[in-house]
Amino acid sequence: MIVPLDEGVRELVHDGDTVALEGFTHLIPVAAGHEIIRQGRRDLTLVRMTPDVVYDQLIGAGCAARLVFSWGGNPGVGSLHRFRDAIQNGWPRPLEIEEHSHAGMANRYVAGASGVPFAVLRGYAGTDLVEQTPTIKTVECPFTGERLAAVPALNPDVTVIHAQRADRAGNVQLWGITGIQKEAVLAARRSLVTVEEVVDRLDPVPGEVVLPSRVVTAVAVVPGGARPSYAHGYYARDNGAYQAWDAVSRDRDAFARWLTDEIGAQAPLPGKAG
Amino acid sequence: MTTGYTSDEIMTVAAARALTSETACFVGIGLPSTAANLAVRTHAPGLWMIYESGTLGTRPDTLPLSIGDGVLAETADTVVSVPEVFNYWLQPGRIDVGFLGAAQIDRYANINTTVIGDYADPAVRLPGAGGAPEIAASCREVVVIVRQSRRTFVEKIDFVTSVGHGSGPGDRERLGLRGAGPTRVITDLGVLQPDPATRELTLVQVHPGVTAEDARAATGWDLAVAPDLATTPEPTSEELAVLRSLTGRGGV
Repeated sequence: MIVPLDEGVRELVHDGDTVALEGFTHLIPVAAGHEIIRQGRRDLTLVRMTPDVVYDQLIGAGCAARLVFSWGGNPGVGSLHRFRDAIQNGWPRPLEIEEHSHAGMANRYVAGASGVPFAVLRGYAGTDLVEQTPTIKTVECPFTGERLAAVPALNPDVTVIHAQRADRAGNVQLWGITGIQKEAVLAARRSLVTVEEVVDRLDPVPGEVVLPSRVVTAVAVVPGGARPSYAHGYYARDNGAYQAWDAVSRDRDAFARWLTDEIGAQAPLPGKAG
Repeated sequence: MTTGYTSDEIMTVAAARALTSETACFVGIGLPSTAANLAVRTHAPGLWMIYESGTLGTRPDTLPLSIGDGVLAETADTVVSVPEVFNYWLQPGRIDVGFLGAAQIDRYANINTTVIGDYADPAVRLPGAGGAPEIAASCREVVVIVRQSRRTFVEKIDFVTSVGHGSGPGDRERLGLRGAGPTRVITDLGVLQPDPATRELTLVQVHPGVTAEDARAATGWDLAVAPDLATTPEPTSEELAVLRSLTGRGGV
């Protein structure tokens, strides 16, 4: 249940998997993302409502074949340049995208967690997303006849999240901005949770989410594992690191140096990656 | 030309003035967040700010860099999950004002934040929809804040991320969109509002020192101008002082 991070990633994240590393600005599993890069995973379908810096890094390193998402940016800073380079130039490999709105993605996870094949929402009407995304359809309400949007359940092979605490049995506790993490874990076939610390007893915290150990496959203790995002009650968001990423990510060579220096991974070579 | 403040500053002040104290406002990051935080600290202390990260009724003491900064959670009435904020709060119409930005906007206030150019082979890939399509569909009204230029105010947007007034009268109703849509577009040059009959954005107000011709020159279509074109009242020294304390530009 409680494993080292490298072992957890090796056993739970496989080439070709559909992988969700969730975290809505808070508690982003950055260290786990870096371990996926280090282990050289390929052909992943990456899922996330808000692919941010760690997804920019995974995409730039050539780990991803597809991205399912609703907003891809460097929050508060601007664009993701590795993500842009992959979509606009196919570097280091072409990236297929499946694009939704936040409401659509949230409902896809809810359907996945609920064990039903699709979700309905009042959304998307009149937008060009409907034409570009095959996983947006329209259904008629069987009770009122009203037309609503339908989106299929999302069930990742593995969901990876970061949380504040777990106990020795692997029950996980997280609080603050809790985002979509609960739904993403419940929707997944397997889950890996990195935590700031393991404690003997979980003291209740206002607004917390508890994931019982029976829905968690493995826990890895990774203090600081969400940096440069943050863990409420443990450390603050490093806004400067998000701003600094802009310059690194704009340039393929600077990014390659970052991969080698910070991750210990080789940069993907154009034409050879994937 | 009036001096003493920048065009961004008067745009932000004008946007803040569009918000009232009793309003529940879905706030986007960037200019909308700056304007909403200015409103709370000046004329609208009861403004109920919601960020899509799930922080309801937040009152940050500094401007957040992102929609999920810790200060938003610490100062909120409550923090809810992302499905809850969209399904329970936004979708049923509990939010009065959606406050959005845009990369491109057309004469019917339809908004693009997805791609410049062709979707499959874009010239510029933008971040995408996020919460915007449903904010534009479900809030009682939408206020857009965006700098005005021919690059942004275009005849035809490359991608409809969020629907404004579609292609004219009756479109929102036909699509089943529940809110009134964009009621105001606030720029660094002035304020535009949809014409009640045609739904086409019309220049109704210019900021001090700006002419209707300046606004027309910064618009990629033949911009309609209201006959009774108003001028934005100058920012007060209080508004500027609070705004600069928020944005780190120091006191007046």
